[in-house]
Amino acid sequence: MITVKNLEKTFDKNMVLKGINEEIAQGEKVVIVGPSGSGKSTFLRCLNLLETPTKGEIWFEGKNITDPRTNINELRQKMGMVFQHFNLFPHLTVLENITLAPIKLELQSEQQAEENAYRLLKRIGLEDKAKTYPNQLSGGQKQRIAIVRALAMNPKVMLFDEPTSALDPEMVGEVLELMKELANEGMTMVVVTHEMGFAREVATRVLFMDQGVIMEQNTPEQFFANPHNPRLQDFLSKVL
Amino acid sequence: MSYILDQLYRTLIVDKRYMLLLEGLKNTLIIASCATAIGVAIGLLVAIVKVTAQNNRKWYMVVLDKICSFYVTVIRGTPVVVQLLIMNGSIMAAVNAELLVAILTFGINSGAYVAEIIRAGIMAVDKGQAEAGRSLGLTQSMTMKLIVLPQAVKNILPALGNEFIALLKETSVAGYIAIRDLTKAGDNIFSRVVNSTPLYIVAIIYLVLVMGLSYLLKLFERRLAKSDHR
Repeated sequence: MITVKNLEKTFDKNMVLKGINEEIAQGEKVVIVGPSGSGKSTFLRCLNLLETPTKGEIWFEGKNITDPRTNINELRQKMGMVFQHFNLFPHLTVLENITLAPIKLELQSEQQAEENAYRLLKRIGLEDKAKTYPNQLSGGQKQRIAIVRALAMNPKVMLFDEPTSALDPEMVGEVLELMKELANEGMTMVVVTHEMGFAREVATRVLFMDQGVIMEQNTPEQFFANPHNPRLQDFLSKVL
Repeated sequence: MSYILDQLYRTLIVDKRYMLLLEGLKNTLIIASCATAIGVAIGLLVAIVKVTAQNNRKWYMVVLDKICSFYVTVIRGTPVVVQLLIMNGSIMAAVNAELLVAILTFGINSGAYVAEIIRAGIMAVDKGQAEAGRSLGLTQSMTMKLIVLPQAVKNILPALGNEFIALLKETSVAGYIAIRDLTKAGDNIFSRVVNSTPLYIVAIIYLVLVMGLSYLLKLFERRLAKSDHR
């Protein structure tokens, strides 16, 4: 589904990604872990071209999306993204946050979009918040709404960029729970996170990134029980 | 008391002098409101060019960016009276409509200041907002229009209000090109009655206009703040 070939990204003179090759199949739940500054967020943001790769190619559903002729906006409609800081639109109500893109991109009629939004809100138990503004919600509620906002576009892949890192500890659970549900429904997911428990439980594959490369990857069982790379051993000893 | 009444009578009623003030007020309001509209339009355009050019370094964006920077530098670097005289005496010398010259001059002048205000307001919107919009598949212009600008307005409004107020008062130099604006009207009456009363009246009219404008802006700001709390 997603193929990454020799991806490199340089910010000014700082090389953040140093040649990444990766293949992500439909239905996989890939969890990326690693120390901060390892390039994992940059890698994720390259997948939907929020960062423009310096070198290399990314293919999505048989299309080279790094080709400048590719319509980025169409591509992004199929890739939902969830951010660390939620990035809900504070000037719009919860309902408008969810329906904005489907309506403005003319993918759904206003009525369809609203029905869909209410269905999604009901699913996360927040349909009574439809008419409120994001600033009146807790972090966990905001992040769950950010997730359904992305789902409202019916994406084929969901990208999560440290979705629980900005949350108070007692709100992490509700967000992870929703992500688990998505995973169980067969959504293809790429998740950058520090939640090792989530990686162990949900991932089909765990990648360890450090210094701009994927140092090691394995099934979650092997990854945590039997790490080979000394850097990964060191990392795991610190976080587990 | 009767002295004051007498002065008011001589300033306003004799020879229907209040008509002069009304005419001046009308011109001032026309110039200020039209120039404000032009200023906001130019300012918005220049600001969007400058913000877009930060990420988009295609050659035409670089050229547009340079042109906009030049415009802002020149307009902010020269006095508005000089701009007015140049417009009237040279650039638009063939045009025999001083009011139009004044509107364009003040509009172009204000645009440079408004551009910087709007640019700063856009920059103050969290980068994640635009990223969230783009990640949903919205185009750059949709993201700007639907997500960034509505939030920027809140940052912009107080400074923009100041600019409107400054512009309204700046139009008082329109008399330099033989327009009878409010100030000029007061001055005309002053030269006939040889007494400062008309000037005080003019000052009070400006004051009332500015206070009214401030009040409207405050109302508007309060309406925009509705998503902040409740």
